Amino acid sequence: MSVTEASHIGRPTNRVDGPLKVTGQARYAAEYPAPDLLYGYLVGSTIAAGRITAIHLDLARSVPGVVEIFTHENRGKAAWLDRSWRDEVAPPGHPFRPLHSERILFDGQPIALVVAETYEAARDAASLIHAEYETAEHCTELERKRSEAYVPPEKRSGIPPPPDPRGDAEQAFEEAPVKISRDYRVNAEHHNPMEMFGTTCVFEGEGRLTIYDKTQGSQNAQGYVTSVFGLKSKNVRVVNHYVGGAFGSGLRPQHQLFFAVMAAIELERSVRVSLTRAQMFHIGYRPDNFQTVSLAADREGRLQSIMHDVVAATSRYEDHQEVVVNWSGMMYHCDNVKLSYRLAKLDTATPCDMRAPGAAIGVTALECALDELSYEVGIDPLEIRRLNFASKDENTDKQFTSKALHACYSEGAAAFGWNERKPEPRSMRERQELIGWGVSTGMWDAFLQKAEARAKLSADGRLEVSTAASDIGTGTWTILTQIGADAFGIPLEDVTARIGDSTLPTSPVEGGSWTAASNGSAVQAACEAVKQTLFKHARKMANSPLAAAELEDVDVSKGRIFRRDDPGRSLTIVEVMHAADLQAIEETGKVGPSLLQMTKYVSYTHSAVFAEVRVDEDLGVVRVTRVVCAVAAGRILNPKTARSQILGGVVMGIGMALHEEGITDHRLGKIMNHNLAEYHIPAHADIEDIDVIFVDEHDDKVSPLGVKGIGEIGIVGTAAAVANAIFHATGKRVRDFPITIDKLIAA
Amino acid sequence: MNRFDYVRPDTISDAIKALAVPDARALAGGTNLVDLMKYEVARPSRIVDINRLPLKAIETTAEGGLKIGALVTNSDLAWNATVHEHFPLLASAILAGASPQLRNAATTGGNLLQRTRCYYFYDPSTACNKRVPGSGCSAIGGVNRIHAILGASDECIAVHPSDMCVALAALDASVDVEGPDGKRNIPFTAFHRLPGTEPHLDNTMAAGELITGIHLSRCDFGINHTYVKIRDRLSYAFALVSVAVGLKLKAGVIEKVHVALGGVAHKPWRDLDAEAALKGQRPERAAFAEFAGQVVAQARGQGQNDFKIELARRTIIRALEQAAAGTPQHQSNKSLQQEK
Ligand SMILES: Cc1cc2nc3c(=O)[nH]c(=O)nc-3n(C[C@H](O)[C@H](O)[C@H](O)COP(=O)(O)OP(=O)(O)OC[C@H]3O[C@@H](n4cnc5c(N)ncnc54)[C@H](O)[C@@H]3O)c2cc1C
Ligand code: SF4
Repeated sequence: MSVTEASHIGRPTNRVDGPLKVTGQARYAAEYPAPDLLYGYLVGSTIAAGRITAIHLDLARSVPGVVEIFTHENRGKAAWLDRSWRDEVAPPGHPFRPLHSERILFDGQPIALVVAETYEAARDAASLIHAEYETAEHCTELERKRSEAYVPPEKRSGIPPPPDPRGDAEQAFEEAPVKISRDYRVNAEHHNPMEMFGTTCVFEGEGRLTIYDKTQGSQNAQGYVTSVFGLKSKNVRVVNHYVGGAFGSGLRPQHQLFFAVMAAIELERSVRVSLTRAQMFHIGYRPDNFQTVSLAADREGRLQSIMHDVVAATSRYEDHQEVVVNWSGMMYHCDNVKLSYRLAKLDTATPCDMRAPGAAIGVTALECALDELSYEVGIDPLEIRRLNFASKDENTDKQFTSKALHACYSEGAAAFGWNERKPEPRSMRERQELIGWGVSTGMWDAFLQKAEARAKLSADGRLEVSTAASDIGTGTWTILTQIGADAFGIPLEDVTARIGDSTLPTSPVEGGSWTAASNGSAVQAACEAVKQTLFKHARKMANSPLAAAELEDVDVSKGRIFRRDDPGRSLTIVEVMHAADLQAIEETGKVGPSLLQMTKYVSYTHSAVFAEVRVDEDLGVVRVTRVVCAVAAGRILNPKTARSQILGGVVMGIGMALHEEGITDHRLGKIMNHNLAEYHIPAHADIEDIDVIFVDEHDDKVSPLGVKGIGEIGIVGTAAAVANAIFHATGKRVRDFPITIDKLIAA
Repeated sequence: MNRFDYVRPDTISDAIKALAVPDARALAGGTNLVDLMKYEVARPSRIVDINRLPLKAIETTAEGGLKIGALVTNSDLAWNATVHEHFPLLASAILAGASPQLRNAATTGGNLLQRTRCYYFYDPSTACNKRVPGSGCSAIGGVNRIHAILGASDECIAVHPSDMCVALAALDASVDVEGPDGKRNIPFTAFHRLPGTEPHLDNTMAAGELITGIHLSRCDFGINHTYVKIRDRLSYAFALVSVAVGLKLKAGVIEKVHVALGGVAHKPWRDLDAEAALKGQRPERAAFAEFAGQVVAQARGQGQNDFKIELARRTIIRALEQAAAGTPQHQSNKSLQQEK
């Protein structure tokens, strides 16, 4: 059976969940009501390393309404083995176990949970808890630990380590006529999704829990809870219908999940725990990093050598790993490549994947370095990228399933007007403002993960599609509805999508930009299976007009199943189901990566980002006045939500370039700017024109739908494009992100 | 956040009575006080909600000045027609601050009394002389990129964060207060104070006093004024450095000049000696540079904030240029224009 002509897929489609969200009816984890609900409030440690010697609870206990206070001295039962605490995406190491002992591993570590009849009482009591500590020496400063950096002995699953060196990068660097070697750093960033982490754990009795959790994976959270508390899978249901952003912070279970469940089990009542904005600065973050990129080229700009070394932060207790340097071995053609990636341990919480983890920082350094090299060679920064185009992945020697990067370069450049650029730095200005144009390439994975879905077609022609995916604001609800509607040629209103529930068919966490491709394809497969079953029943009917047809000959649309070559020969779905005495047809579909294909091919999304900045010559104030982001991401299911994803990624990239930075007092081991007034992300005034272009890219191998995913590519390269534009404007190269005024008016 | 009593008086005298218990606090827009309570920095015993007091009027005085009630919101003040026409510098400074939502809630009195944004002040687990006198100053030798370069002490290097107050300082405003001992009028430059050895005191108000309003006398800067604010993003961030300028030019020379700086000290900063020296000069870059040099001559950095000295110097020059040219900074246009 062929894919019906698409009438929803590829159309700019409003979010099906939009009305619920703007009218406040969409419920988030901390908004679900429950009878007799108790409220928990966390108390954090005030030191970065050491142990608790005493914890004084008397004052807090005397606050009316306080039901219980949990500390390491009276915490509930939880698993003993490390293994039991490991979630689906955990890095190697010893996962953090809240209240496990008196040991303090990072500032803000939860040391007590106050549970009370009201949130206010819990919060008041929490402020009266006083802990005494024996402090140990701590270090939160990556620079001081750089010399102790190590290659992580155990690799994080799904994160390929740097490839072996190829050619002889050092010698090629020595011999090349043009070269640069520079140090870069992207300071630590914090995710700060709008919705704060929260869990409402409903104690249903008879050992059953319904847990509303802010998470990017209901099944990951469910697995964690059952394993940590030794509960039966069938008794624990995790729901995350709506997620108010996450950017990766919700991939791993966060503290509040543990605490809400622990308290609910111990007190045999429903409990809600949510984190405050300040507390959200003590969970995972994008790790601080030091990077050295050395590039060498011949006189025409052809790369002769690429070396990229990174030291990134991790915690004392886990080896968080990302793909930071591998990009440098596959974005451009080069025979001599040497990459290294090491970690250094700090007394902080374990870092956590944040939008385009690894690439967002690694590609930034590479793309700034390549820009620097282009000036050394004396060729246009866009030209040097075209010249070094990689037509296969040279890290693995595999082919790309598609790579329309040249189209990104040319369509992006045309939209931006790149050919009007004057090559010299400081050569474009308007009055007091220096104008600069910069470019960068972007690259991100196009994954297909194992996923399952169910489709149920009712006799009334309505369709329900379900899979345990999450929609973290990305548009998953909408694209799954579109895919279902197109499969049966019905309007969106006749399709109900169900996601965000651990009881639905198996899904990976929402991350890595793989949901559209993976869960989308699974839904499509389930719909195909329903159509097959429908066809089987249709053909069996007495005097069936489809009796002689084969599966390939028929199609389903607008409530009918018919012969494509003679649409008059048809049956209604109602007739078929009635004849077969069915209320509904329900089937499942499954997808997963093809191992055979993986031996030959790799899949990535690509982009070209162009940025214009205006920098006040005296005052160092930067305005990003234009960005063009041209993306090659295979088939675009919904240009409207897809564009939103790229816009969001670009805005976050501008934030990386100019604003975002967790500021730590290393003497105290404390993050100091733990709120959204002092932790800066771009405000509206910082964002002007952003033009998103999706170039044509046909890919029949990447996923059954031809979809690559667009959640992360928007951030990759944006910070570099802005930094490169700032150099072009001012002649000043700032290699320490974010590029703030102090760095621009110095030098 | 602690438990507290809540009262909502209708009259000023009732409010003053209600405030006469230890740790009572007035609640106006709440945009600063409530945050401080959430961070456990303020733990009031009693909240005296003053929003019913009759302090919401903006009145013109006989001499062409203005009397602004303490409960006039920042938005109402900035968009008031009289303020727009006769005190555009004030409107501009207000619009350079916070966000529309905050300005809708924030009040005139509250804006004067908002507390520093020093990171340590907001974090009760750290030492801070302003929060707990005698506990030490964590910002010295710590994270102090946003801290004072002028008028700081060894006990505190915090800055006053307000934009509106910088304009009020340049406009020579005064503050009406009323307390158990009656009414007083405090000149603006004497309202906020330098930290000295008592950094827990932001201003010269006595315990139990209420701000009832602000007085402005007639302003004669015409179009020769500006408010230039430099910050880490283009909106919704506190000033690294800001400069309010009012100039009066006559026969090609500067007859009167008021320059106030924000983001650099524990109070809006004015240098009257430097202002006096600029009087009588031609409004030209050299004179402005000289002036700026004189203002920052006493400045001292703390390490991370050293750049603010040079930034202040340059911003003063830009602001004076804008004011002299009669091209005040528009707060929605993020290009800090310079007339050539
Ligand atoms: C995220 C954020 C960003 C901001 N950005 C800026 C900015 O860029 N520029 C800027 O200038 N400001 C900024 N602000 C600060 C804002 O302007 C102040 O919070 C506001 O002006 C305070 O006014 P309020 O009425 O809300 O005061 P409240 O919070 O109600 O009160 C503040 C203090 O004043 C006392 N008080 C209030 N009224 C009186 C009175 N009449 N008499 C005696 N005591 C009184 C209260 O007891 C309290 O101690 C920002 C605030 C936030 C939260
Ligand atoms: S600068 Fe002032 S407010 Fe900041 S820590 Fe020091 S004493 Fe406290």
